[in-house]
Amino acid sequence: MQLIYEKSVQGRRAITLDPLDVPDASLPRELCREKAAELPEVAEIDVIRHFTNLSRRNFGVDSHFYPLGSCTMKYNPKIAEAVAALPGFGQLHPQLSSSEAYWPLCQGAFELLYETEKWLAEIAGMKQTCLQPIAGAHGELAGTLLIAAYHRERGHAHKDTILIPDSAHGTNPASAAIAGFKVVEVPSHEDGTMRLDSVKAAMTENIAGLMMTCPNTHGLFEPVVAEIAEYLHQHDALLYYDGANLNAIIGKARPGDLGFDVMHYNLHKTFATPHGMGGPGSGPVGVGERLEKFLPGPRVVKRGETFALEMPEKSIGRLSQFFGNFGMAVRAYAYMRHLGKDGLREVGENAVLNANYIFARLKDAYTPAFDLPFMHECIFTAAPEAKKGVRALDIAKALLDYGYHAPTVYFPLTVKESIMIEPTETESRETLDAFCDAMLEIAKKIETDPDSFHDAPTTTPVGRLDEVRAARQLNCACL
Amino acid sequence: MSQYPNNCKYTKEHEWIRADGAAYVVGITSFAAEQLGDVTYVDLPKPGKEVKQGDSTAAVESVKAASDIYAPAGGRVSAVNDALADAPEIVNQSPFDDGWFFKLENVNAADLDSLMDADAYEKYVGAQH
Amino acid sequence: MSWAPATPAERDAMLAVIGVKTMDDLFAAVPQHLRAKSWNLPAGISEMAVRDEMTKLAARNASSLTSFVGGGAYDHYIPAAVDALTSRSEFYTAYTPYQPECAQGTLQSIYEYQSAICRLTNMEFANASLYDGGTAVFEATTMSVRLTGRSKIVLHDSLSPIYRQMLVTHTAHLELDLVDGDDPTDAACVIVQNPSFLGTVADYTALADRCHAAGALLVVSFYPISLGMVKSPGEMGADICIAEGQSLGVPLAFGGPWLGVMATRKDHVRKMPGRIAAETADAQGRRGFVLTLQAREQHIRREKAMSNICSNEALCALRAMIYMALLGKEGLRDVARHCHAKAEYLKSIITFATILNNGPTFNEFAIRLSKNAEVVVAGMAARGFLAGIPLAPLGAGAETDLLIAVTERRTRADLDAFAKALEEVSCS
Repeated sequence: MQLIYEKSVQGRRAITLDPLDVPDASLPRELCREKAAELPEVAEIDVIRHFTNLSRRNFGVDSHFYPLGSCTMKYNPKIAEAVAALPGFGQLHPQLSSSEAYWPLCQGAFELLYETEKWLAEIAGMKQTCLQPIAGAHGELAGTLLIAAYHRERGHAHKDTILIPDSAHGTNPASAAIAGFKVVEVPSHEDGTMRLDSVKAAMTENIAGLMMTCPNTHGLFEPVVAEIAEYLHQHDALLYYDGANLNAIIGKARPGDLGFDVMHYNLHKTFATPHGMGGPGSGPVGVGERLEKFLPGPRVVKRGETFALEMPEKSIGRLSQFFGNFGMAVRAYAYMRHLGKDGLREVGENAVLNANYIFARLKDAYTPAFDLPFMHECIFTAAPEAKKGVRALDIAKALLDYGYHAPTVYFPLTVKESIMIEPTETESRETLDAFCDAMLEIAKKIETDPDSFHDAPTTTPVGRLDEVRAARQLNCACL
Repeated sequence: MSQYPNNCKYTKEHEWIRADGAAYVVGITSFAAEQLGDVTYVDLPKPGKEVKQGDSTAAVESVKAASDIYAPAGGRVSAVNDALADAPEIVNQSPFDDGWFFKLENVNAADLDSLMDADAYEKYVGAQH
Repeated sequence: MSWAPATPAERDAMLAVIGVKTMDDLFAAVPQHLRAKSWNLPAGISEMAVRDEMTKLAARNASSLTSFVGGGAYDHYIPAAVDALTSRSEFYTAYTPYQPECAQGTLQSIYEYQSAICRLTNMEFANASLYDGGTAVFEATTMSVRLTGRSKIVLHDSLSPIYRQMLVTHTAHLELDLVDGDDPTDAACVIVQNPSFLGTVADYTALADRCHAAGALLVVSFYPISLGMVKSPGEMGADICIAEGQSLGVPLAFGGPWLGVMATRKDHVRKMPGRIAAETADAQGRRGFVLTLQAREQHIRREKAMSNICSNEALCALRAMIYMALLGKEGLRDVARHCHAKAEYLKSIITFATILNNGPTFNEFAIRLSKNAEVVVAGMAARGFLAGIPLAPLGAGAETDLLIAVTERRTRADLDAFAKALEEVSCS
């Protein structure tokens, strides 16, 4: 497809302003740019056609089943979009929070933040939460900064190392490194779970904490998570919960009850805010009692019937300019409010039901990566298929031709030729069946015609793209 | 007879080093190049840089991986392979010759003793993978 | 209340296929003693009730007053086409473009966005966006440290106090030396903001030269709309430029989602954090786009990654791109001209207060009133105006100081009425 710049016609305009109704003014010449920026010159219809046609070259959850393991691509309810666009939320200037004189003018927003933080805290068994972190990885950074603040306040600056399982998301070690920690990897047991012995083997007096997900990135509930928490606490180390997989246990178990001290949530996963092609997300941080006073601030507090802002006693400071991605909090709050107590509990149940249903239908045709029961996602290894010349990537690309987004492949790094399927709770049985039928047909085709896979996908706007050429030529802008 | 050149010494991180006149030349092995896949970029040190054995001295990237290149021995970087800037694929095509990374002078000869010879490296690779 | 389609009968049928009897059997791996100890949440309510409740909450916020509030986020007009296009679910319900064949819409829009940012700033490479303008300051800081191997970071007094606070929080344990001033000696970078937090426009070309002579980088945080008029970071010789991208068609939304803009020189691109889209082709030679330079990112490099960032604000970057396309070359210049001319006009009729800026301003300026600014803004709110930001609570001025921003949305009548009201409220 042509670039919008290639559609530019000199002098063409889309948006124009009314004539200037005050005297014209200009800056001294030396402060002005030499030439206007070469933005496209196009009419509104050109812009509309261009981006409408671009949108058709995308798969979204509304148009396609998106079983991306570890990403929780659930349906994004429209009521959440509608209320986020209300002028009282969408057009509210955040600098109103910087002066107490304006606080009476943003009580609705303060209440929304306050209530959302309270709901999130109860859902995960945390004492407090804070919506400032802008994305999951930003929440991890918040959490690891809180761990650092905790140990430093106690005079334990030597606690400078974080333990991270080998199955963890790459953001975990990257975030811990920015918070100043050294990272030591803890191996998973071959059954896919974490053993207390491996944690013990890695324990030294320098260990500040351990970052885990539960269920872990193998889709398995950690059987000794409570014992790990207890052991860490005996050694004055804290346990961090990566909320990536909270969708599996929501309503059934709470990280706080399992012994976790600090966590982040992904509103864009568990709480159905749309992924937006890779963002905006939102990664609130939650803490137990130990870390409460260190939370980022300023944060909303309730004084009688009015809401105000306060800086926590020993706050690590400001992580975002104001309150994080407020628009995502509005959506998540609408989501939680609609589902309520019972609806939220069913989220986890249906998510696990759907994943186990897919697993039951595919387990004879593909090789399960682990023997333990999967929770909200199931993982297969395409290592046997790879020996026949069809790799996990080829299966992923073939699925695109069936009209499905590919599952996650090659993650977690601990599983060879990994195929990770997470259907989420919002998919119907018919959709799951049709997807499983496609997977079974692919399995047969691997036996009969393995060579046919290398051309897939053939029905998408482009075929497989040359990533080596992209990286070598590095054409990243049309100038 | 090893499949790897006998005139080189090898590290566990898959670098090779061999004498080149008074200096030493360093690169990555054919095994490492295969593991990386098509190399898309090589980050080279500035000549004159002093390095100790095991220092991260260069880096190599492919589409799917990135690796630090550690100095197999201490010394001073005396030259770098500028050809890799425009044609990183040379690393895949000729890992032991045209695809060299940098040269070291004033090499601490004792450091070389700790490295593997070609036979030991071949066994090491076999055991690892 | 639920969005899950499964009926009780379907659930039972699916459980039978799985080979278990009850839903709870699916959670056998979660021991009973580890089950939720509390679940004290209200019951769900219908969509209709959600809308009513949320509408009431929203109505308790002041969004309809005539606004002169800026301070890093601005009340610019957002053309209807921006919302129409970005509300297409093929965009907003899509994931990160890890399967490029079914994400060309995303990838091409990112490539076009990167191109627009480069053209706007006169830089060579832009990334697909960062979280926001404040975290962009942090990312530019660590990028400068990687590029120079130095640890001193010089913060110019033009920088937003909020960005400063964020930088202190983010770098708490990175052993960096944050100092004030503009001396680049031994520094990784000097970070300036143009226009300054108080609105003053300056030319940092000489500072760029001094930075380069000292082996330091110049980081410029800019205001995108101002570049319809103001000398660009690229023209000044900046090495990294960053911005809060909200002004490019993104709603204020009480602080986010917005986007962090980042662009740099060719020599530095491999040390730039964040996603980057690049052009390439498929086997048939058809043009296509992919994410590139991923080997420096967290999912491959883990603790050695350039940054922990694992997302971009793609939907906001799309908004910015559509906004820039709708305005076009002339439109951006017009918006900048209107903002500036209207701000100058307002300055000229505010004769009862002192202008505090020590140089020319673009569309924002600080004034000293004869009364406490917080008292004044409360009085102005009662008259239908959001009069600006009192500077004392931000540590950016005296109790009588007020920061006022003017956008193209304000008419001459607004400005006249505002100046009159402000005089009455502040001089009474």
